[in-house]
Amino acid sequence: MAAIVQGIGATAAPSASSNKFLLSSLGSSLLEKKRNFFVVRSDGKCYTGLNQQQRRAQNVVTNAVATKEEKASAAVGSKPGHELLLFEALREGLEEEMDRDPCVCVMGEDVGHYGGSYKVTKGLAEKYGDLRVLDTPIAENSFTGMGIGAAMTGLRPIVEGMNMGFLLLAFNQISNNCGMLHYTSGGQFKIPIVIRGPGGVGRQLGAEHSQRLESYFQSIPGIQMVACSTAYNAKGLMKAAIRSDNPVILFEHVLLYNLKERIPDEEYVLNLEEAEMVRPGEHVTILTYSRMRYHVMQAAKTLVNKGYDPEVIDIRSLKPFDLYTIGNSVKKTHRVLIVEECMRTGGIGASLTAAINENFHDHLDAPIVCLSSQDVPTPYAGTLEEWTLVQPAQIVAAVEQLCL
Amino acid sequence: MALSTHRTTTALLRHLTPAVSYLRHISTDSTSTITVETSVPFTGHKIEPPSRSVDTTAQELMSFFRDMALMRRMEIAADSLYKAKLIRGFCHLYDGQEAVAVGMEAAITRKDCIITAYRDHCIFLGRGGTLLESFSELMGRKDGCSKGKGGSMHFYKKEGGFYGGHGIVGAQIPLGCGLAFAQKYKNDENVTFTLYGDGAANQGQLFEALNMAALWDLPAILVCENNHYGMGTAEWRAAKSPAYYKRGDYVPGLKVDGMDALAVKQACRFAKEHALKNGPIILEMDTYRYHGHSMSDPGSTYRTRDEISGVRQERDPIERVRKLLLAYDIANEKELKDIEKEARKQVDEAIAKAKESPLPEPSELFTNVYVKGYGVESFGADRKEIRAALP
Repeated sequence: MAAIVQGIGATAAPSASSNKFLLSSLGSSLLEKKRNFFVVRSDGKCYTGLNQQQRRAQNVVTNAVATKEEKASAAVGSKPGHELLLFEALREGLEEEMDRDPCVCVMGEDVGHYGGSYKVTKGLAEKYGDLRVLDTPIAENSFTGMGIGAAMTGLRPIVEGMNMGFLLLAFNQISNNCGMLHYTSGGQFKIPIVIRGPGGVGRQLGAEHSQRLESYFQSIPGIQMVACSTAYNAKGLMKAAIRSDNPVILFEHVLLYNLKERIPDEEYVLNLEEAEMVRPGEHVTILTYSRMRYHVMQAAKTLVNKGYDPEVIDIRSLKPFDLYTIGNSVKKTHRVLIVEECMRTGGIGASLTAAINENFHDHLDAPIVCLSSQDVPTPYAGTLEEWTLVQPAQIVAAVEQLCL
Repeated sequence: MALSTHRTTTALLRHLTPAVSYLRHISTDSTSTITVETSVPFTGHKIEPPSRSVDTTAQELMSFFRDMALMRRMEIAADSLYKAKLIRGFCHLYDGQEAVAVGMEAAITRKDCIITAYRDHCIFLGRGGTLLESFSELMGRKDGCSKGKGGSMHFYKKEGGFYGGHGIVGAQIPLGCGLAFAQKYKNDENVTFTLYGDGAANQGQLFEALNMAALWDLPAILVCENNHYGMGTAEWRAAKSPAYYKRGDYVPGLKVDGMDALAVKQACRFAKEHALKNGPIILEMDTYRYHGHSMSDPGSTYRTRDEISGVRQERDPIERVRKLLLAYDIANEKELKDIEKEARKQVDEAIAKAKESPLPEPSELFTNVYVKGYGVESFGADRKEIRAALP
């Protein structure tokens, strides 16, 4: 097994911490990326899969410079990197972009002097001034509208919703102005705005503060939605979202802000439309995003012990779906399980189910199973709240059912 | 040639009308200042109103007349096109309110921004839009200002500083504050005029935006085009306090006769100076629309025809400028009629040309949804099958 690992290539990653599989990236140019999969199983069998992705010439800003391998190992790159929490990674990304481009500005409630209710913008107001890190009054509709108006003239504002649920008040601005102005003006105005904030179910925050807005926003034409889940992809997606000329809604999760991770020292920007392969596998494709990724990985441990080999993909891009990565996975495993935090009705999982069925129906051996939260307002009581969400045990049961 | 000798010459040479017109033309292009008093004084709220005497020139008055005649003609033509089913959907006409558009343009530059709601055809024209772009857009053709994809309520002109064209009542007000914010951020000494109606004046967004504009001293001028009817509801039935210029409370306001282009010009110039130094100000333009709210509204169920014709007789903006031109002998009846005929001709030509303009290509359905740099969805799942050509 060691011999196989060493024989891979000059630009191989440092020795993987896992002896199950290795992923190496052979030179990432801006136009083309090749990935070699070497799957080494515990019974000694190993085989390769070549995965070639042809990318059309794109803007520099949306290309992946580095890929995430496996959650425990270091990122591809020779420097050891530095450790930080997810909210610090967001701040780092934000700060780097603000240094790079004077048009980038932040606006939101308590982002300036207070430092942000989740400390994402801490210290920025002292560094960049009150106009660039703007404390707004509690008027979501108008300060989101203000951000959009500023974006029309060429500024690149980042609007922070203290909690995603509050952005429902700004729905008109986000849907009609943010999403549609580029189209209705015949391409005259572009809206390079980033709307970000924490959403999702926290620890007993109550119904109104535990909303998952990705399902409400997903039909709005003209916007892109991404959800970050690790410190690494949080920083990369934040930077990509700021550099993107389209309006991007970046969904963070209240409970993920204190995740500690080691990220590279060098600058990197991730691709907004790409999904992340968390754990390659053979038996079933598990599609997930945001916090549910961790529930899935927990379930994956149990599943692996039971002999299953799940392929876990963090879809990251909620609009549009990375049907390319997902499709390749479906063609390999023929079984799909979607695990999400959205409601059952009209959630991201529902759309994803429809999209996969439409495009890859012939490759499916079993109907797609979608595990989502219950269609109820999130209760306050701890146990009830736990039951509204998908738990690892349910994921394990679903996979067992699916792989029968 | 002094004006008095000019007049005696006219009297003597009355039969030599062509020669007289030639002589007349010399004075029409003169840029010597004429001072006119507005018919109604300005009323201020927490601010000293500007003087009633407005400086103007013959050239400017002629341009007012020409522009307003063109705008009026355009709106009337749009009315017939709508009835001929060439314009569909919603069509909100601006005739009667032209003075606001031309007066505002006279006071500002193209670097200042204007943003308005859906009654935007004439303001688009004032900002440098052409008749062809306007009619093509109304008829949904490719040559329209928004490539036919916006429609009546979505006219935009980036080079002219015209930011639209918005369908949802009041949603443009925070956008306008955003434009002002960007102007303050870039420190470029320009202002933003955010126009809204008396109906939108009751929206919460207005007060939220006012608060923020006043808090940060943004160079935003909020202009309430008060035509006294919010669609079918009269202002006294919708607002507890119809004194919209006072509604800003801590923000100073000015009430202006919106049917008098010179008063509008004076107020806008005053407002621009104020906004650059002291932050936001509200202007209430007391104006009137002859048509209904939109083409689907006859406009006579909630107001009497007498009221409409009364305003048309007494306060019509074009008539007011016509009287001024005649009184100051800048032009005679025939010349003004010629200008109106010319306007009619231009409009007819533009309509003919717009009718020839093709409808947008089917692939245009997918263009401009996103800015370049995005390509997954339109390529389908395999990134091979091209579903739409992206710009």
